[in-house]
Amino acid sequence: MSSSADVAQERRAPARASFDGLRLENLTKSFGAFTAVDDLDLDVPRGSFFALLGPSGCGKTTTLRMVAGLETPTSGGITLAGQDITYAKPYKRPVNTVFQNYALFPHLDIYENVAFGLKRRKAGNVDAQVKEMLSLVELDSQTRKRPAQLSGGQQQRVALARALINKPEVLLLDEPLGALDLKLRRNMQIELKRIQTEVGLTFIHVTHDQEEAMTMADTVAVMNAGVIEQMGAPEELYENPRTTFVANFLGQSNLIEGTIKGRSGDLVTVDMHGIDVSVPAARSHADGDKGWIGIRPEKVLIGDPGEQLDAPGNSVPGGVVSDVSFVGVSTQYLVRMPWGQELQVFAQNTGHRRIYRSGEQVDLSWRPDYAFLLDASQDARAGAQEGTD
Amino acid sequence: MASTAGTAPVTTAPASDDSSRRRGLTGYVLLVPGVVWLALFFVIPFYSLVATSLYDPGGSVFSGYEMSYQFSNYWHAIQDYWEPLLRSLWYAGLATLICLVLGYVLAYAIAFKAGRWKNLMLVLVIAPFFTSFLVRTLSWKLILADGGLIVNSLQAVHLLGPDGRLLATPFAVICGIVYNFLPFMVLPLFASIDKIDHRLIEASSDLYANPFVGFWKVTWPLSLPGVVSGTLLTFIPAAGDYINAQLLGSPNQRMVGNVIQNLFTQANDYPAAGALSMILMILIVAMVLFYVRRAGTEELL
Ligand SMILES: Nc1ncnc2c1ncn2[C@@H]1O[C@H](COP(=O)(O)OP(=O)(O)OP(=O)(O)O)[C@@H](O)[C@H]1O
Ligand SMILES: [Mg+2]
Repeated sequence: MSSSADVAQERRAPARASFDGLRLENLTKSFGAFTAVDDLDLDVPRGSFFALLGPSGCGKTTTLRMVAGLETPTSGGITLAGQDITYAKPYKRPVNTVFQNYALFPHLDIYENVAFGLKRRKAGNVDAQVKEMLSLVELDSQTRKRPAQLSGGQQQRVALARALINKPEVLLLDEPLGALDLKLRRNMQIELKRIQTEVGLTFIHVTHDQEEAMTMADTVAVMNAGVIEQMGAPEELYENPRTTFVANFLGQSNLIEGTIKGRSGDLVTVDMHGIDVSVPAARSHADGDKGWIGIRPEKVLIGDPGEQLDAPGNSVPGGVVSDVSFVGVSTQYLVRMPWGQELQVFAQNTGHRRIYRSGEQVDLSWRPDYAFLLDASQDARAGAQEGTD
Repeated sequence: MASTAGTAPVTTAPASDDSSRRRGLTGYVLLVPGVVWLALFFVIPFYSLVATSLYDPGGSVFSGYEMSYQFSNYWHAIQDYWEPLLRSLWYAGLATLICLVLGYVLAYAIAFKAGRWKNLMLVLVIAPFFTSFLVRTLSWKLILADGGLIVNSLQAVHLLGPDGRLLATPFAVICGIVYNFLPFMVLPLFASIDKIDHRLIEASSDLYANPFVGFWKVTWPLSLPGVVSGTLLTFIPAAGDYINAQLLGSPNQRMVGNVIQNLFTQANDYPAAGALSMILMILIVAMVLFYVRRAGTEELL
């Protein structure tokens, strides 16, 4: 991925020696002929909450395992606070993991599971620390139970407590909230975020859940097939995706084929099936003369034909509503365009505008600042299935 | 998906009166063959053994025995044969310990390191059973024979004196016992170790346990069920064994099994033989109960 390599290059150049976070350089892991993690470059600043987001099988767990020392990289390096830990033994790294499958010790009770790391390091004051940690995860009444006697969600909280109590420099969380119900999940998200800010640890949080990644993390990296597609602040990733995969995986996007007519100053003009639309140059990531014009469904305005919509921007006439679903806070339309494509439109139910019915003629419009332009060489449907389920 | 160690509580599903009664009946019917078998081949012989051990020692096989509740038979047996009795426990204990060390390493290697050779290696562990116990023990006699390769080599490097020997020593007897009972140790150990989730060992190393500590805190406790059953399966038959002492030892290595066999078949002293058998059994049962208790609570810690 040229774009992500560029980003990494830019980031790395100035702060080569002084970087005190976790840095992965050209990290590659192959299992036989299959490359699970492919030439990965990643900088995780110290004390940040970093989310690694991606579809199943894209190499998230493998990446974490290399950081934890449970998997030896095929090539590349890992440094933590300037120290090379690529080949350090797992028990010598200041890194702890909340495993995807919990991996709680079945022969030890909850208390002993949580105390395990402290005891190995001969830490003092174990009892008080364990009690405090168990009350933090709301398990103080279950301390003498065995893991097998707990529910999935409780086991997950034990796994979290067992890793967190060690206050490692980097905490790796491999889908730590997957088994929790929605309410507990939200509580734990808030709790995790609070703990992270309080103790200032670096968290690397792997998740399938894009909402979780975006609400919790300072930086989100979207991973696909062993490479980082894009990395940045959640808003930046959502508002200005660089690849079709990111555009589809994070939320939903309308991607419309277009031919680039010209670039002037900070605007790119694109011919979209006979209509000229413009895209800010900073949001254009297409090199050739073709591109995908992207616009988020909630940024698209819908109105009667000929109506002056409030956005003085790209106006696209000639749509026909083909599907309407009312979801309360908003109405989701599918609008068939003259060139045959169906676009998604989410309209807020503010009460200012009426709800259109299937078959009605409508005009669409959006502000040029919200559109983005992606390279035409990519598959417009990449990441769409994974992102929506 | 944490694997569960130890026993899971058994819950019985509530059922309607009728079907539960029928199920109860079925259970009893299924028990019948086992109960008959046990009655014929355990309860009756056991009763007769207890009875024999209390006969009047004045009688003989030819003139018949009188039942006179001679509890002194036990006392006399201990007085006369405490040496082979203790030796049996000592040899069996030592052999069990050696089996445990050898067997654990072997079972661990088969479970975790053998990869696609796992099944082949398991077959090789069982392979000695394809020939008779006696033949295999006799071949140890050849291996350890005076003037044999091993004795000669040991003499050449002066680990053994010029007229030192291996045969007819405790070493030979214990070697024989270890060899003969090793599979009984390896198989239960393998079954336990193979079940251990490798990710738990990874988790321990993630939590600052070096491989040594990780072994003692995770692998070893999780393999305890195999250790307990393996040591029992080795120790109990080894303590009563007489073939190894007879073929590889001398009268100085006589074990209690040899004494009992001799009393029953040569000396025809049934009461003493019966009393000694009972003593051995009581000792083993007591030791096993104590051991299982200890191991059981240890596992809970
Ligand atoms: N030990 C291994 N041997 C062979 N292939 C492996 C091994 N471990 C992982 N893989 C492969 O590497 C790829 C990435 O696996 P990984 O577990 O990192 O995925 P993931 O992103 O964590 O997925 P999920 O979200 O489902 O947990 C998968 O295709 C997997 O089959
Ligand atoms: Mg995973």
